[in-house]
Amino acid sequence: MDLPFLYETFLSLVAALPLTLQLASSAIMLGAFLALGLALCRLSGILPLDWFARTYIFAFRGTPLLVQIFLIYYGLGQFREVRQTIFWTVLRDPYWCAVIALMLNTAAYSAEIIRGGLLSVPFGQVEAARACGMSRFMTFRRITLPLAIRQALPGYSNDMISMVKATSLASIITIMEVTGVAAKIISETYRAIEVFIVAGAIYLAINFILTRLVAFAEYRLSPHLRQPAALPAISTGVAR
Amino acid sequence: MTASIHPSATPAAITVRGLRKSFGPVEVLKGIDMEAREGEVVSILGSSGSGKSTMLRCINMLETPDAGEITVAGETIKLAPAGAGRSRIADRKQVERIRSELGMVFQSFNLWSHKTVLENVMEAPLHVQKRSRAECQEEAEALLAKVGIADKRNHYPAHLSGGQQQRAAIARALAMRPKVMLFDEPTSALDPELVGEVLRVMRALAEEGRTMLVVTHEMGFARDVSSRVIFLHQGAIEEEGRPQDMFTNAKSERFRKFISG
Repeated sequence: MDLPFLYETFLSLVAALPLTLQLASSAIMLGAFLALGLALCRLSGILPLDWFARTYIFAFRGTPLLVQIFLIYYGLGQFREVRQTIFWTVLRDPYWCAVIALMLNTAAYSAEIIRGGLLSVPFGQVEAARACGMSRFMTFRRITLPLAIRQALPGYSNDMISMVKATSLASIITIMEVTGVAAKIISETYRAIEVFIVAGAIYLAINFILTRLVAFAEYRLSPHLRQPAALPAISTGVAR
Repeated sequence: MTASIHPSATPAAITVRGLRKSFGPVEVLKGIDMEAREGEVVSILGSSGSGKSTMLRCINMLETPDAGEITVAGETIKLAPAGAGRSRIADRKQVERIRSELGMVFQSFNLWSHKTVLENVMEAPLHVQKRSRAECQEEAEALLAKVGIADKRNHYPAHLSGGQQQRAAIARALAMRPKVMLFDEPTSALDPELVGEVLRVMRALAEEGRTMLVVTHEMGFARDVSSRVIFLHQGAIEEEGRPQDMFTNAKSERFRKFISG
């Protein structure tokens, strides 16, 4: 074991960690909005919207992410029309191409998870909100969405983990995130095993923290699913 | 208890005219005319499938009537034709406002499971009526005390018994300061030993002089508490009258059979 080399590799890869995190978090956050929109299209009952969302989900789940990245990075630049629009300032940048590809891909998966969450909301609770005079939007914001998120979170965390790992594909289009730096070190040293073990450990660490964060969020959001004994607030209520 | 009420002398709280509703090919309501005056407790009886819940749900537009007129406290709900003999809500804002003036209690409680009992009761006054938090909380706690579950205020619905959940749901409906309370089989989902605690709360509300429409299978409540009884059969009113008349000498053979079980 060449500990100094592992340590040196670790330092170089950690320096690339912010870029990996940035890719993953932008893709997950932007993707969440897109996914919610797609899920709402699926549930809208409006046929064209439903079919648009179905087609989108089918296409992005059914093709490899790597192919999507290539299509966006190499493919779109082929069209002069694209190069002449203002979008070109974004699309010529490999970083944004990667974010867009990751976002579009994760949205297709999480749209179905969010749709499942929305469908799981008991209709009676929605009806109770309407009966109180809540508008559709307020009902969605105050009742439907909070209940759907609680239901969707465990499945959604799977998707977030996938996204963290999928950022490694961005190395293919010249982005020097963790895997990109790892590949560069290997091309200089030919020590693939050590370098990839360190890279793998870094992804493992990110996902360990991520799963802990999601578990914490889940815990905070679901006091109603636990025994009341676990709730400190209850004891004050009983004491009154 | 308030002074005795002469319902015929008070203005109409709810008027229903020519109410029709079909689900697919099934005509559930075949032209209902009824009225509830302020301070009246109207019990709506009928076997399952008679349309009594549908009628109640049409009053706050949880079901949209196909035809007919619903008037709440003098304001008629605007409906527009939607083709094929149906109607649709013409003015969503109006319906939302009228709903906020009607307190609805469901058979299955329908408390919001992610909110505590206190949050459930405060939700609509705070966010729909936009009253101040301090005022909402004070009133919510008073209502929870009134229905006898003040000690459960920080519990979640899943941690309450059915009777406690239904009492919380009644408090939630009352928190809107509604003009009329609508009860849709409030005790039908409860274990027999829990029915009493809910009926006691409802009886207390009736004695306060609240206007109540109660779809129920509780004959005791209909007989002893309500000021008027409506008996529905196959989507039409078969008979209505004062409970003392209906329960001792009803004209309808069906109603006599219905109450004798």
